[in-house]
Amino acid sequence: MNVSGSRMRQEKTVFQYVDKYVFFIWIALMCIGLLSIYSAVYDPKHNSFFDFSQSYGKQLIWMGTSLILLSFILALDYRIWETLAWIIYGINILLLILVLFIGKEINGSHSWFQIGSFGLQPAEFAKFGTALSMSLLLSQRDMNLTLFKNQVLAFGLILLPIVLIILSKETGTALVFTAFIFVLFREGLPGTYLLLGFFALVILVLALLIDKIILISVIASFGAIFTFFSRNKASAIIKSLGFLAITTIAVFSVDYAFNNILQDHQRVRINVLLGKQQDLKGAGYNVHQSLIAIGSGGFSGKGYLEGTQTKFNFVPEQSTDFIFCTIGEEFGFLGTLTILVLFSILIYKIIEISERLPYTFGRVYGYSVASILFFHVMVNVGMTIGLLPVIGIPLPFISYGGSSMWGFTILLATLLRLDSSRKIVLH
Amino acid sequence: MNSASDRKSIFLGIIFGVFLIYLIRLFYIQVIDNSYELKATQNAIRKKIIYPSRGLIYDRKGKLIVMNAPIYDLMVIPRQIAKDFDSSEFCHLVALDIEELREKLQKAKNYSPYLPSTLVSQVSPEDFAKIGERMHEFSGFYAESRTVRTYPYANAAHVLGYIGEVNQNIIDKSNKYYEMGDYIGISGIEKQYEESLRGRRGARYVYVDVHNREVGRFKDGAFDSSAVSGENLYSSLDIELQKLGEELMQGKKGSIVAIEPNTGEVLAYVSSPTYNPNELVGQKRAKTYNKLLKDPTKPLFNRPIQAQYPPGSIFKLGMSVLAQHDQVINMNTAFTCNAGFQVGNIRVRCNNNENHGVPSLNHAIVESCNSYFCQVFKAYINNPVWGNNHTALSHWHDALLSFGLGQKTGIDLPNERKGLVPTAEYYDKIYGFKRWKWTTIISLAIGQGELGTTPIQMANYISAIANRGYYYQPHLTKGIGKSKVIDPKYKTKHKVKADSIYFENIMNSMEDVVVHGTARSAFLANITILGKTGTAQNPHGKAHSVFVCFAPKHNPKIAIAAYVENAGYGSTYAAPMASMMIEKYLTDSITHMDRAKWIMEKNLIDPNIEKVNLITKPTEKPKN
Repeated sequence: MNVSGSRMRQEKTVFQYVDKYVFFIWIALMCIGLLSIYSAVYDPKHNSFFDFSQSYGKQLIWMGTSLILLSFILALDYRIWETLAWIIYGINILLLILVLFIGKEINGSHSWFQIGSFGLQPAEFAKFGTALSMSLLLSQRDMNLTLFKNQVLAFGLILLPIVLIILSKETGTALVFTAFIFVLFREGLPGTYLLLGFFALVILVLALLIDKIILISVIASFGAIFTFFSRNKASAIIKSLGFLAITTIAVFSVDYAFNNILQDHQRVRINVLLGKQQDLKGAGYNVHQSLIAIGSGGFSGKGYLEGTQTKFNFVPEQSTDFIFCTIGEEFGFLGTLTILVLFSILIYKIIEISERLPYTFGRVYGYSVASILFFHVMVNVGMTIGLLPVIGIPLPFISYGGSSMWGFTILLATLLRLDSSRKIVLH
Repeated sequence: MNSASDRKSIFLGIIFGVFLIYLIRLFYIQVIDNSYELKATQNAIRKKIIYPSRGLIYDRKGKLIVMNAPIYDLMVIPRQIAKDFDSSEFCHLVALDIEELREKLQKAKNYSPYLPSTLVSQVSPEDFAKIGERMHEFSGFYAESRTVRTYPYANAAHVLGYIGEVNQNIIDKSNKYYEMGDYIGISGIEKQYEESLRGRRGARYVYVDVHNREVGRFKDGAFDSSAVSGENLYSSLDIELQKLGEELMQGKKGSIVAIEPNTGEVLAYVSSPTYNPNELVGQKRAKTYNKLLKDPTKPLFNRPIQAQYPPGSIFKLGMSVLAQHDQVINMNTAFTCNAGFQVGNIRVRCNNNENHGVPSLNHAIVESCNSYFCQVFKAYINNPVWGNNHTALSHWHDALLSFGLGQKTGIDLPNERKGLVPTAEYYDKIYGFKRWKWTTIISLAIGQGELGTTPIQMANYISAIANRGYYYQPHLTKGIGKSKVIDPKYKTKHKVKADSIYFENIMNSMEDVVVHGTARSAFLANITILGKTGTAQNPHGKAHSVFVCFAPKHNPKIAIAAYVENAGYGSTYAAPMASMMIEKYLTDSITHMDRAKWIMEKNLIDPNIEKVNLITKPTEKPKN
């Protein structure tokens, strides 16, 4: 009696202590998504929101089930995640392996389990498993990320799903896992890694843009100038030569990777982005049409359901990866600003929650959620406005799709559960 | 850098930095750069052209001679072609071989996978009948209906001309009035009256989706306009008379031009050899055109306005009028014939060396005495009124120009030639200033020498004679549109520089030519025909047979110039032909049907001569 009564009280309070900002932004983003999908696939013949043969009808189902999922997770004991972390990670890895063999082939990639008329993408859930296991790993008492051994462990944890997902030819989703570098950085990974990552990115872009020999000569002359102005010539020479050697290797490996590892369509996408290739009917078509859609939206947009670009299907994948176009075209700059502001607040709030959680597991988990969300928004929006190559990953909570909706909901709901438990403990 | 809060700030900094860059970019493409709006409009809004129906053409009696018939263009949108497209079945249906189809599809794809391209143009309704009913089985393919000209009478090809699709050159020159796919008149009155006949394009603005499917009207049709049909044209031709003329000229080269003298309206305009205008339509067009272009008999050559011949003896009528007007001769003036005219070592012989004795003007015209007219010309040039050859010839030149010679008649057809009436300066250039005299240019007296006239000019000339001294510029149009508008220049009377009495004076002579002179073959019992035969010298072969005439004597209704190349004397072919035309026009019947049949079946085109001509003289290439 007493026990059940206190459980009743606790359940009530769990919902009561859910972070209001995060919760309402989550609801808002889902609703914006639903309206945008409705507009993107708008067909006067099927104009009921509750037409479950249409993608907005299905999205409504995903939203409803996500709410149930949220309630369910909030009702669970927050401590089970620490217990289940490795198991979930393990199951995720198994599913990723399994899907390679029995997954349904869609556009050459084996990444979907077909269940009835719905498809499930295990990669969407692997983010959750990796976040949990990373949180558990980094919350070990003697965890010190400046140590090479621990760095190997942490990177290994991320690399395993990356490799499996790349094997299923979902390069975009695999790239999401690189977002964990922010989590590691927060937990003490030397800043050099972040700088190195950034530098590698710059070299990568330059290596693709500029002739290799010119690039290496430019770096060499920087080294010479650096040496000339240094007091300690000997050390400067060694530093410069070392740097030159690394960049030379980097430049040639980028070249090799670009020409031998990447698939044709990926090469074309990158070339189009870098402006080395104009292909308005092939790979460049999506971005071109996407830019036209967003650009023609103006300051306040063409009005809901009035977007010609999206309504007449000029933008491909507009209810999934290119959903941002629909918003940009029909609601203009005000619409795109609203989306980016909502995501900024959401991510900021998640970081705030993470920082106020009194234990490492929760903080690391929170940062994982923030990093993954940030990475998704950055890549997805960057792609639609032509700043990043076309990498097909969804815009969280807005893009059409059950797996990603559930995946993000589980990620967020778990964090909300961890956060609300903190308040219960404090009171 | 190492404290936890620093690291949080760096992370937040990266996030907000990225989002800020995105917002700047979004602000730029959405608010500052306007080019995307235009691109979106171009994407989604299509202008669909509604082609107007081209104006119809009627003959003077209201018979429809040019109309529009449906034709089909097979279109393809490459992206919509089904994956299981049965190309061999399709090839069989549209009568293309598989390589041709592949090539055409590739071309269409290169142009645009999303926009329609023409796969096969101008399929006739007969061919389309079997394609049409199976079209729906092949997604991505559809038919667009257009119209082509069709000619119920298959006559008057040189008058009507033809139309064709505009090319880039025409589009550029038209200040963008024309657009790809438009038709334009390329020759004949189709070209001359293009602006009236073409009508005005209409347009519908529609939204299309990415598959170029129509999905709605732009702004509910606020910018739409409907097509306005071209204006109908009422031709002055009598299509039945035209048909007779063409039949008579079968197997012969030459022209027949008939004019209504008191209006200048052209009743018949025969250029032979001709072609069936229906053959220059649709898919047959290019093939036929090439064949016609290579034909040594030059069927595309528009003889009535482009062929230039020396007028020959028919010129004597004008000389008679002008010499009387200048008081050089009168009705009673007689000269001795001597079967020819001798001056120095130049001798102008009379036909068959016949000696006409001492003919008067009447006798000289009836017998076409060359000697007589050489002496008239001598008297004309040496007329003391003028003082010198130079002034005299200039006066002669101006007088002939008032007959409409030596200049374009202004007929409503493109590419008319103006012929040649030499001026005094012309001879100065050849012989040197004042280094020539009347003897040098004596062949002008009998319409030979440097003189060059076109059949239309000579038809106008005989028309002016029939009118006793005036003419209206010949034209092929009675009017355009409901109000039958016509260029005012065709309503302007042109006076010949000679009084009408001098025309009246030679009427009896012209009547005698037909009754008992050189043109007895043109005689009709019930209609008084007045005429004059001629022979145009031809350096390349047998002389051309020429006959000009009109009827009736008073208040003439029809004047004709008939030219039959390489047919010898005018009396053999040209005269009876003209006579039959007159009879047909005035009584709608032909008395000597047997003779008409005989003429129709006669072939005067010598294939050997044509071959020789081809080698020695390159084929004249008619413009257009």
